[in-house]
Amino acid sequence: MSEQIDTNNADTLARFAIRLGDDALILGQRLCEWSSNAPTLEEDLALSNVALDFLGRARMLYGYATQIRGGSEDELAFTRDERQYENLLLVELPRGDFAYTMLRQYLLDAFEDLYFAALTQSTDPTLAAVAAKTVKEVDYHLRRSTDWIRRLGLGTEESHQRLQNATDELWGYVDELFETDTLEQGLIKQNIAVDRADLQTAWCKRVTELLSASNISVPETPWQVSGGRRGLHTEHLGHLLSEMQYMQRAHPGQQW
Amino acid sequence: MVSAVDTYGSDGAAPQVIPLTSPERAQLVQRRNASPCTHLWQRLDQVKDPEIPVLSLWDLGVLQDVIETNDGVTVIITPTYSGCPAMDMMADEIRLCLAAAGVENVTIETRLSPAWTTDWLDQEAKQALRQYGIAPPARTNSAGQQTVICPHCGSHHTTTISEFGSTACKALYRCLACEEPFDYFKPL
Repeated sequence: MSEQIDTNNADTLARFAIRLGDDALILGQRLCEWSSNAPTLEEDLALSNVALDFLGRARMLYGYATQIRGGSEDELAFTRDERQYENLLLVELPRGDFAYTMLRQYLLDAFEDLYFAALTQSTDPTLAAVAAKTVKEVDYHLRRSTDWIRRLGLGTEESHQRLQNATDELWGYVDELFETDTLEQGLIKQNIAVDRADLQTAWCKRVTELLSASNISVPETPWQVSGGRRGLHTEHLGHLLSEMQYMQRAHPGQQW
Repeated sequence: MVSAVDTYGSDGAAPQVIPLTSPERAQLVQRRNASPCTHLWQRLDQVKDPEIPVLSLWDLGVLQDVIETNDGVTVIITPTYSGCPAMDMMADEIRLCLAAAGVENVTIETRLSPAWTTDWLDQEAKQALRQYGIAPPARTNSAGQQTVICPHCGSHHTTTISEFGSTACKALYRCLACEEPFDYFKPL
């Protein structure tokens, strides 16, 4: 924590850390749903390991937020309601089939690869350290999800169709990756956060190249939704939270 | 101690000297050697990775620093992977190990920067991994490829089964010569 940040700025910084943590926690929880349900044992292990990386990242970011403004990681994860979560809509969508899970993963991995590489240059040393740790892990996630997009797209008629369906369904959620609100804009000015809009061209190029090479057509979706950063979620987040938070809601403060 | 070996480039160019100890590892060793509390470092050599019991936290590079003050001892560790579920157990074992030596008031701090790297594993650690049946992290050549060597028969003829294995730090490989599957400690 740097000393020159005033209370107002400290709260902004904490909220920023929490929303990045929310993205990681909610996707981690979604990926955990594949444990013991994945198509093969190797995939089961892989998805669970990727989920662990996301849960670990959420803990680092929540931990940083609690250093700034008190409270605990568990309170952040288990006692906030859906309107208090500020994660991207993309991460809360139900896991769908394997093609859907892998496409969502790929779209995010390709984004995170750019985002966290840029965040390593943050003037906030803790965020820069978390980013440096994260970017190495994202490298593995991206390699694997890229491989799966190719295999599913160029695989059987069914795998191709499922991947195409997933692309058609998910494309309306990608714009939110590149949106910034006033909270992030303030931090961007101080070089603490990264301007998401700067990454869009590189991301689009990379993603459309891979999808085209995998015989998947990129839809011209007439709709784009966002709202996660304002706490406006799809109906799916509430269900996810009710399952994830059940134990702490039923037995507040319960420890293992 | 930094040792060196002569090696030839694949293109038959003049031999170059490649240090066996990475600069990252050398820096850690220097920190340990400069520390006034040698006895604590030595004591902590007993704490092994719960998943890979042939390596100590020191061998792995998880143990970063030990600082003794009038108020107690601070042990600084760094996570291998951010979600490594063994971190809490490692912290508990550090406490137990120091408590057995009569050291109380132990604070364990997690340091994220510099991010953990497999360059912190030294040659002895890599040898220990190999003997335990885990292929140590391979160097990446100029074409971006890694040659993963089978820890059982030494063949270079191996293939990936899965990018992720039994723990976050390992991938699953299979040897095409002896046909045995094995864990590969991923370079990070």
